[in-house]
Amino acid sequence: MNLSILFSAQYRKIARDGLWDNNVVLTQNLALCPLLAVTGTATNGLGMGLATMVVMVASNAAVSVSRHLIPSEIRIPIFVLLIAALVTLVDIFLNAWMHELHKVLGLFIPLIVTNCVILGRAEAFASKQPVMPSMWDGLMMGVGFTGAMVVLGAMREISSTGTLFANASVLLGESFRFLETVLIPEYKGFLLMALPPGGFIMLGFMVALKRLLDRRIAVKPAPLVEAAVEVVDEDAVAVE
Amino acid sequence: MSSEPVKPQARLKAGELLALALQRWASFRQQLAQWLQPDNLQQLRPQVKFQAGVLAGFALLAAILLGVADLATRGVIELRLREDLQANLAQVVPAELHDNDLLQDSVMLDARDNNLGSEQIEVYLAKQAGIVNAVCFKFVAPDGYAGPITLVMGVDRNGEILGVRVISHVETPGLGDKIEVTKSKWVLGFNGKSLDNLTVEQWAVKKDGGVFDQFSGATITPRKVVQAIKRGLDFYKLHQAELLAAG
Repeated sequence: MNLSILFSAQYRKIARDGLWDNNVVLTQNLALCPLLAVTGTATNGLGMGLATMVVMVASNAAVSVSRHLIPSEIRIPIFVLLIAALVTLVDIFLNAWMHELHKVLGLFIPLIVTNCVILGRAEAFASKQPVMPSMWDGLMMGVGFTGAMVVLGAMREISSTGTLFANASVLLGESFRFLETVLIPEYKGFLLMALPPGGFIMLGFMVALKRLLDRRIAVKPAPLVEAAVEVVDEDAVAVE
Repeated sequence: MSSEPVKPQARLKAGELLALALQRWASFRQQLAQWLQPDNLQQLRPQVKFQAGVLAGFALLAAILLGVADLATRGVIELRLREDLQANLAQVVPAELHDNDLLQDSVMLDARDNNLGSEQIEVYLAKQAGIVNAVCFKFVAPDGYAGPITLVMGVDRNGEILGVRVISHVETPGLGDKIEVTKSKWVLGFNGKSLDNLTVEQWAVKKDGGVFDQFSGATITPRKVVQAIKRGLDFYKLHQAELLAAG
């Protein structure tokens, strides 16, 4: 397979949309239900993000393959049917063959069905585009979603319990125990941040920060925009 | 000798049939490919007949996929859950207390009046040389904060808790899930407790005047777990003589 296609203008635009410009959480403000429910810790955010990403790639592929078959009048029931079937399949297979992971993620997987982003990408992208770009879009939107979930989870976890990536070894295996850190020893805890209101507050800060950064990019002279976007993307990675 | 002339003829017929079938298949594939052309589908899509068919087709596809996946994994999942149960039982009943296979040695008891989530509870007997040393059983706190909490508990002859573990629950991640032993040592605090060494009032969380910790931000989950474990011990006491005699 020719991987250089991933650097073509179209694929780069899809990637930039998913990771930053049109980020699921920060720009579209979608998927708030699973977002607020599971981002109490960075580890949970990561698990939910990865599971969502897998389902999104699969659902975008399924919708894109059958896009000529689906009349627009009945597209929503068909998309919902496809997504619900895929989520259930992921749930069953994880339970059977990756049982340890299922015990950790099991709580979150049924929540994926409620994630409107998956339906949104099926509707806005996969139903109009060929299979490869659709899967790439699902992957990039998923990575952007996971990134935002991990950052939000980390901020909430640090402020609520003073730890970072607690229980990462349960989710990712023993070799990831090094991720588990106690940033603030003897921390008394700040319960608000662990509860849904804390999620809304932190999300507000993140959205505001993103808008500020976008505005700074926008006022720069046009020829520099390309470079500025690159810099900002690095910033986003650094924050994570 | 009469069979020889028949054979080549039959082979010829089979060959003809195969060729015919292949031909049919090729023309069918061609028709299908033509039917699947975007132009043709665009023409079909506004028709109600087509829409109903497509919806039914996708529903059938999803049903078949899920059915096949369920059939393919049901046995495996049952096996995994059995392994889980075995591992959980091993956590609450030390191996040195028994020489039998717990899953093979059990009695069903009526638990209708104990509010433990089911009408009957399977009690696994831990026997050493035929004598019941301890029992363990699975039960449910039906009134957890977000839903039922399934627990497994080991109790020794005298009614002292050997260990308690949470098997499954849907409590709030990050708050109520501290009842899991992988997330917090809280559940180990029940070891050694019994109806004899704690009074009825002490069988409660500290907020209610008892001896067990609650979690910051989650009081209901540990409260309901403590109450369910107390009910579990009551259930054991009710059947103690019968269970110990089962050896």
